[in-house]
Amino acid sequence: MEAIVGGFEGELKELREVFNSGKTREASWRRSQLQGILSLFKERESDILKALHQDLGKHHVEAYRDEIGTVMKSATYALGNLKKWMSSKRAKMPLASFPSSAKLVPEPLGVVLIISSWNFPFGLSFEPIIGAIAAGNAVILKPSELSPTCSSVLANTIRDYLDNSAIKVVEGGPLVGEKLLQHKFDKVFFTGGPRVGEVVMTAAAKFLTPVTLELGGKCPAVVDFISSSWDKKIAMKRIIWGKFGACGGQACIAIDYILTQKQFASTLVEMLQKYIKRSFGDNPMESHSIAKIVNKKHFSRLKELLDEPGVKSSIVYGGKSDEQNLFIEPTILLDPLLDSSIMTEEIFGPLLPIITLERIEDSVEFIRARPKPLAVYGFTNNENLKKKMISETSSGSITFNDAIIQYAADTLPFGGVGGSGFGRYHGKYSFENFSHEKAVMMRGYLIDFGFRYPPWNNKKLQLLKSGLRYDYFTLVLIKLGLKSKA
Amino acid sequence: MIKFYRRYPSITHRQHRSFSDLSSNSRFHLPIDIDYTMASEEQAKNSTAPATFDAEAADCLMKELRSTFLDGKTKSYEWRSSQLKSLLKMLEDSDKQICDALFSDLSKPEMEAYIHEIAMIKSSCKLALKKLKDWMKPEKTKTNLGTFPSSAEIVPEPLGVVLIISAWNYPLLLSVDPVIGAIAAGNAVVLKPSELAPAMSSLLAKLLGKYLDSSAIKVVEGAVPETSALLEQKWDKIFYTGNGRVARVVMAAAANNLTPVVLELGGKSPVLVDSNIDLTVTARRILSGKWGCNNGQACVAPDYIITTKQYAPVLIDSLKHNLVKFFGEDPMNSPDLSRVGHSRHFARLKKLLDDDKISGKIIHGGQTDKSNLKIAPTIVLDAPEDSLIMSEEIFGPLLPIVTVEKIEDGIEFINSRPKPLAAYLFTNTKQLKEEFVSNISAGGVVINDVTLHLMVDTLPFGGVGESGTGAYHGKFSFDAFSHKKAVLYRGFFGDAPARYPPYTPGKLRLLKALLDGSLFGIIRALFGFS
Repeated sequence: MEAIVGGFEGELKELREVFNSGKTREASWRRSQLQGILSLFKERESDILKALHQDLGKHHVEAYRDEIGTVMKSATYALGNLKKWMSSKRAKMPLASFPSSAKLVPEPLGVVLIISSWNFPFGLSFEPIIGAIAAGNAVILKPSELSPTCSSVLANTIRDYLDNSAIKVVEGGPLVGEKLLQHKFDKVFFTGGPRVGEVVMTAAAKFLTPVTLELGGKCPAVVDFISSSWDKKIAMKRIIWGKFGACGGQACIAIDYILTQKQFASTLVEMLQKYIKRSFGDNPMESHSIAKIVNKKHFSRLKELLDEPGVKSSIVYGGKSDEQNLFIEPTILLDPLLDSSIMTEEIFGPLLPIITLERIEDSVEFIRARPKPLAVYGFTNNENLKKKMISETSSGSITFNDAIIQYAADTLPFGGVGGSGFGRYHGKYSFENFSHEKAVMMRGYLIDFGFRYPPWNNKKLQLLKSGLRYDYFTLVLIKLGLKSKA
Repeated sequence: MIKFYRRYPSITHRQHRSFSDLSSNSRFHLPIDIDYTMASEEQAKNSTAPATFDAEAADCLMKELRSTFLDGKTKSYEWRSSQLKSLLKMLEDSDKQICDALFSDLSKPEMEAYIHEIAMIKSSCKLALKKLKDWMKPEKTKTNLGTFPSSAEIVPEPLGVVLIISAWNYPLLLSVDPVIGAIAAGNAVVLKPSELAPAMSSLLAKLLGKYLDSSAIKVVEGAVPETSALLEQKWDKIFYTGNGRVARVVMAAAANNLTPVVLELGGKSPVLVDSNIDLTVTARRILSGKWGCNNGQACVAPDYIITTKQYAPVLIDSLKHNLVKFFGEDPMNSPDLSRVGHSRHFARLKKLLDDDKISGKIIHGGQTDKSNLKIAPTIVLDAPEDSLIMSEEIFGPLLPIVTVEKIEDGIEFINSRPKPLAAYLFTNTKQLKEEFVSNISAGGVVINDVTLHLMVDTLPFGGVGESGTGAYHGKFSFDAFSHKKAVLYRGFFGDAPARYPPYTPGKLRLLKALLDGSLFGIIRALFGFS
């Protein structure tokens, strides 16, 4: 039962005042906060690792790799690029507007709300926070209540390391989220599922608040026949990692299902089994290298996916689960029914369906017929297939011969399209996400064209027509009375 | 354009219902008390609007467009470029018809029609044609150590089927400009022009139907019920130009389908006028931006002026003097002024003028002519902050002047109000310019002129806060209707086993170094140190 602690008017008032005072706009403040984030992760690493292990059973190497290391990398990148991002950019001007100049000036939006998700509680909180701070905003973070230890560590560490007057954490569940959304923010950044995404956007609409929705989808991996054994080995490792290695499959960009040719299917299953054993041993739960399922609700949901008729019979590996420890072992299914829940809903767990097709090119049609996912993966050396996948499927991003790693690329925008959301971040896109790019045009008094002004007559019209075409020769002729029509 | 005939003769009773009944059948209650009634009964009778475009018709429309889009036709360079070429030809062939429609709907002078609508849209179309290949090209990007070795690019792709809802004050420009962006980006498009500019709405339906590919680009005419039916569909993007009230309904409708939106709204665009200026040029520019832009009915028209108490009389004198030069002694009969758009709008403006709070403060103009929908250029001095004229976007030929003690107080005044679409400053003082630019948040800012930034296609045009979200013009139009897909290419060579289970301390060391981006750290880790 969550304690309702008022309507947050006090907190929001303080944030607004602090923002209006201009403090968060100073480069020095932004820098100090980004440094604060680096110190936070350096000094409280063990608290963070403990919390991730407690809530999600993450191995400390996985936790470091996915949540600590990546955030520190992003904060360092932001520090290194802050000056560049904050500076105005000159805009090219047409000659007709001489003498004038224009530039694009980035400015913070104001007070922003970040709602993060339970599966990467530190990563998905801090990546947007880094963008919001770099852009000069005041921030409220609402972490997910489904990873409570992490939520608590987030609140404590942010309080200890960052400027509390401008960056606040509000803990709690849906009721708290609802209360927050009754207030006006200058931006709302939401990571989570589409149902709550809709609620968030509807609430934001009342204030015309722009939103970014980072959702998910069923991210397919097209696995082509690969001849080289070296390549096959790497591909298997990456596929397994892409499915089971990041929060046990509970990741928005985890591989959801595989598409492959009928002939390759049995080899694929064999190889996957071999590498699953290599990665996780004979008893995956004992390896402590796969995250657990976050709670009983999701555990039951995943079990129900497996229990459906047409699905149960398609399990070719794994399938065992342990309710006490909220653990489901890596499970492979071969050709479950296409209209079963496991093939129509986002799985978000360690269950890997493999769908077989006649030809690998059919995978493109298969993907197109379904909602646009956050990521599409292709494991292939066939350049034509790659081109076809890029031009004929649509997704947030597309990665070849690897999975999930696009998350770590600072130069690539990270975000969805269609059902997987809209808006993007990471690197400079995080900065842009929380900025308004203001167009500023400067004119002088030196040259003023009389034909801009009424009363109108035909001569002025002709002058304007030629001026707008940048046809200065004609303009001069008309002015001199030597020509009457532009 | 699809003609929406009555499909089921038994539903004739629909035609006898009022707008409010129809709108209450839809989930989205578009406000009907503002901006949504027909300009006049006469126009309603003569309207060529087809029979009710209902939910079923909208379903049918969407099905056809989705199928066209999925076939891939709109994605090719050839299709996009051919559509843009036809659009340009359409504009070139139809100068006269367009001017006539604009005159019929708004009494827009030919000059304004030409400069602000026709010339701008032609220029936008030509730019898109010229730059299309460039815009469609993938953008190669660097990759960092975290994903080494890899290569990456960002590939623009169309969103799918998009809805464009435009406004009545610049009915050609605000309809066709986003359509240009949508076509250039490779989408299928539905345009819903404003019914408050019925001649243009009808002309657009006719011309776009004739010149463009109607299997992919459609015009749906109508008002609240038609818009509601459209908003129930699942679009890949909705581009709306209009006011904040309806924008909230549009965004809430979009939320049901997680559809991203661009909202081009308005606000009270202030003009801060310093004393250190060229007075005549300043006055002329303000006047042309206010009364020369559809008689103040433009989202970026100067809404009100702020100047010092000391300078106000000087400025007012020059404004009055130049008003006469522009529009003569009898501006009500000047052919160079647009009329007020429609009768509801006239009533709203009259209400602003009749507000008790500003009685005695009208220092110029104030005359109104209801039958011809004309209001004279009017200046109001020091209207109280809680008067109607100072609380809502005016969108008409009334110009309040607010006086302050020092010019810097003007900046505070502006900042205490919702963020406008544009903010203007007239001064030769460098420091004031710098303060204004860094402290005023608005969609766009112009120093020493007004509204011109719309004509520069290298500048994004859009609002912030209450004045909207998203931007367009030039490449920004293409971007507004595209998804920029990140593409990452990895090879199988150069794999870092560090990231895979089973996890070991050695792997952790290597990972730390990789994520730090430190080459030295990586070498050390590989050799077992650190």
